[in-house]
Amino acid sequence: MLLITCPCCGVSGEETEFAPGGEAHLKRFGPGSEEGEFAGYLFYRKNPKGPHFERWRHAYGCGKWFHVARDTVTLEIFGAYKATETAPPQEILDRIAARGKA
Amino acid sequence: MTAHRLPSGGLLIDRARPVEFRFNGKPVKGFAGDTLAAALLASGRTLMGRSFKYHRPRGVVAAGVEEPNALMCVGEGPRATPNQRATMVEIAPGMSARSQNHWPSLEWDVGAVNAAIASVAPVFSAGFYYKTFLFPRIAWKHLYEPVIRQSAGLGPAPEGVDPDEYEHLHAFADVLVIGAGMAGLAAARAAAEAGARVIVAEQGPRAGGRLLSESDIEIGGMPGADWAAGEAAALAAMPNVTLLTRCQGAGLYDHGYALLDEEPKEGPSRRLWRVRAKRIVIATGAIERPLAFANNDLPGVMLAGAVRDYLALWAVAPGREIVVFANNDDAYRTALAAHLAGLTVKAVIDCRAEAAGALPEAARAAGIAVRTGMIVAKAKGGKALKSVLVAKRAADGRVAGALEEIGCDVLAMSGGWSPAVHLFSHCGGKLRWDEAQAMFRPAPERGAPTGADGEVNTFVAGAANGLLSTAEGLADALAAGARAASDLGFSAVAAEAPSATEPGMTPLQPLWFTPSVGKYAHGTKHFLDFQNDVTAADVELAAREGYESIEHAKRYTTLGMATDQGKLSNINGLATLANALAAPIPEVGTTTFRPPWTPLSLGSIAGRDAGTLFKPVRRTPMHDWHEANGADWEPVGEWRRPFTYRRAGESREASVAREVRAVREAAGMLDASTLGKLLVTGPDAGRFLDLLYTNMMSTLKPGACRYGLMCNENGFLFDDGVVARLPNGDFLCHTTTGGAERVHGWMEEWLQTEWPELKVHVANLTEQFTQIAVAGPKAREILQPLTGMDLSASALPFMGIAEGEMAGIPVRLFRISFSGELSYEIAAPAHRGRALWDAIREAGAGQGIQPYGTEALHVLRAEKGFIMIGDETDGTVTPQDLGLSWAVSKKKADFIGKRAQERPFLSHPERERLVGLETLEPGKRLPDGAYAVADPAAKTPEVIGRVTSSYLSPTLGRAIALGLVKRGPERMGEVISFPLEKGEVMQARIVDPVFYDKEGARQNV
Ligand SMILES: [Zn+2]
Repeated sequence: MLLITCPCCGVSGEETEFAPGGEAHLKRFGPGSEEGEFAGYLFYRKNPKGPHFERWRHAYGCGKWFHVARDTVTLEIFGAYKATETAPPQEILDRIAARGKA
Repeated sequence: MTAHRLPSGGLLIDRARPVEFRFNGKPVKGFAGDTLAAALLASGRTLMGRSFKYHRPRGVVAAGVEEPNALMCVGEGPRATPNQRATMVEIAPGMSARSQNHWPSLEWDVGAVNAAIASVAPVFSAGFYYKTFLFPRIAWKHLYEPVIRQSAGLGPAPEGVDPDEYEHLHAFADVLVIGAGMAGLAAARAAAEAGARVIVAEQGPRAGGRLLSESDIEIGGMPGADWAAGEAAALAAMPNVTLLTRCQGAGLYDHGYALLDEEPKEGPSRRLWRVRAKRIVIATGAIERPLAFANNDLPGVMLAGAVRDYLALWAVAPGREIVVFANNDDAYRTALAAHLAGLTVKAVIDCRAEAAGALPEAARAAGIAVRTGMIVAKAKGGKALKSVLVAKRAADGRVAGALEEIGCDVLAMSGGWSPAVHLFSHCGGKLRWDEAQAMFRPAPERGAPTGADGEVNTFVAGAANGLLSTAEGLADALAAGARAASDLGFSAVAAEAPSATEPGMTPLQPLWFTPSVGKYAHGTKHFLDFQNDVTAADVELAAREGYESIEHAKRYTTLGMATDQGKLSNINGLATLANALAAPIPEVGTTTFRPPWTPLSLGSIAGRDAGTLFKPVRRTPMHDWHEANGADWEPVGEWRRPFTYRRAGESREASVAREVRAVREAAGMLDASTLGKLLVTGPDAGRFLDLLYTNMMSTLKPGACRYGLMCNENGFLFDDGVVARLPNGDFLCHTTTGGAERVHGWMEEWLQTEWPELKVHVANLTEQFTQIAVAGPKAREILQPLTGMDLSASALPFMGIAEGEMAGIPVRLFRISFSGELSYEIAAPAHRGRALWDAIREAGAGQGIQPYGTEALHVLRAEKGFIMIGDETDGTVTPQDLGLSWAVSKKKADFIGKRAQERPFLSHPERERLVGLETLEPGKRLPDGAYAVADPAAKTPEVIGRVTSSYLSPTLGRAIALGLVKRGPERMGEVISFPLEKGEVMQARIVDPVFYDKEGARQNV
């Protein structure tokens, strides 16, 4: 069971306190978009073995959505950041790079 | 005093406190501190159960958690707990225990005939379960299933509700130490002295591990057992240490999460510790391996270490005449201990050509016959061991020369020790094969459990780490404890290891299989997995049949898949497989250990989450009234809603019909409080709802309602409800009963993640307001006298909103209808709900108002062709499929699902679309979910549709249904077929889904 720290309220909680929301930083394609763009938005996911940027919600806490950078193999959590960030912060990328997994 | 209880000694027993319990109905005497196994052995009983498949007589093999044979059902009635290891259950006055897997009695068992059959035809040989799947079903029904049912199955499930209490306890530790043997004590002390908060969990009743049984180990100048007692006392006295006994480390999980399963002496029956630890030290010791020779499962054949345990811990002699069979020095300790206890040690049979270590020399000095270069080829006896056949072992491993028979009632066997690496493996720890010690041991350099920060958070210490010598194990454990503490910033002082002395050990010689002569030469009586009755021959058969991976061979033979999870069989099994494949052991690899370490009671897992606490029930303010007035409850989400209110002697169907008629003819009242109520406010609320709903919400005028649909990004409908624009401009979005939390979460998700720039606030007010629907032609005349508000059609038209007071209660009225009748939904503060309900009920009594339940609600809406989320929708249905295109905006540039609905297949003409269905036999209802086919006579009929809702309509006096049919609306009047069970085919005519009052005249009054 993962231990996750919410970047919005600062609470470290059990995984069961949070709800997963899949891959982060997807760009929404709405009406007028190409079939390929829309399919990419709706269906295609990276599903990497290694560092992964994903969405979580502090469902049984402050209720906020946020982003987590997590290694899908070692389960290491490189950091969490606000849902409004459109890309991972540099310090988290640095931490991933320091593990030799950039 | 019995012949098997020694006159003195027994570290764990209290001779001043005799305890009487019952075994298979007969009284047995023991002492406080005895386990069931110890007390039964002391009473002279060696037969303790029958084996799973062959019902062979079995005795106790081990003295601890690894026991595979002596499984018992402990307790009576609802407290009966099956499959308890007799080696772990402490006896208590009045306790009752029963052996398992036998009929009619333990001594005389019919099922043992399976064994006899097996020797003729391999009924239960490797892969039995898989092979029999190839047989026709009839063989399963009449042949295999009865045989399996009669012979297999462990203990019986208890009857009745478990009256015991189980609790969960959440705890946090800097360092969690699992195991309080020598290594665990040392690691805990090192971490605790550094200042860390430490939890130590020991599965046995006392700390000390093997130190309690070994008389030849000294630590710090004192006997090992005394050192352990001192360390345990010191730890218990430290304020930063929690020392738990009778508490197994059940499982290790991600990020330092651990489950400890405690059986406390006082308090709840079981306590499950849910621990989050920053660092974990696994000090779970090692498990001795049995040896594989013919009839190695006879009662009296035991692990050598276990024989020592019974002598030292409980002063029990498992027999009077002992033969030791080993491939190592350690087992000589058993010969010496037995000799010292006054038992006759007939011989030590050592497969090694030479045995010149300190312990073999000590045995020789004590006058014990040490026979090197020899093996036990076969054990003899019926229900108990009588003798062993020994022989010289040739260089190629075969039996050489003549067999010699030695009489004995105990054979103490030892194939060496395997580190208990289970917990390390639970969370991804990797292992390596140590050729010299013939063991798999932790290899953290290849992989170790890590914490959320990616740092290694779990260390293995002592024997569990492959360090079997006292001095090495002690130093290793102190280092592990200090490392755990210093990792966390505690300044651990590198404690100097106390001096440790013990007899030196010479290397063991791996011995995986002992060939025998005669009938059992091929290993059919060489048991590897005692609990699942898997023999060396089974594993070899699996190898011959191509199951070369240990994971495959395990499943094929069921090796290691019993409740002991192969604690004794694992290494012997894979060594046998490696031998059969002529491959080195590390190439064959190990199976993966998974939690729990030993079986967890289901009660432990449930804790307090049982009965009414299993899932909370949500009650509306009128719940008690419903209860008192005949409500048939229906669970809807966590809510309970009245399905119907039955009167005395009334059938459920009649009750529903009566309620429907009341609404159509007079008036009905429905508790609609469970509907979701989400208040959406803020300057961008309209814009936001335009994005969420398929229809336009921003144009809604204050004081008006609009029915709205919500789709997901795939374009499929997932919730519906009436959106009310309150007079102050706020939006109150009604959702389905089950959808309130989901839709609230959905709104938050989009607001927080996609459109954070929108100034919108959403509040879930579902439980703040009660809501009562009053529907029927007399609704207005019932309600008008209760309020000063003008309820006339001109003042409050259809889809209008009014705010005011009713019966002195502040209310909000929505003139909306889910029945097609004149209808008002009245919302009030939840705490006034019951008062409002009573006031309306009393006001309407003269006009025949009746409460109605969810089933009448469903019938009423189906008569009107209104869809129900979850009936007409299943996550693959669009609004357009349901004829709701009028509620999907063509003007809006965007809404969730709009892009998806542009996909060609969602507007494909062949899609199934909503229709009404009238059965040709009007009194006969189509079954819910029935499929319509193009031609019921076809061999593989083409499915063209399905029933989504089906009712007997009291209003129309006939069966009606809604369904989704390919090209449905284009096929009005067509009769389609619904094949049912046993060849029956029902026919129904496709009609308009609105069965009643198509013009909507009844609600426009
Ligand atoms: Zn939070």
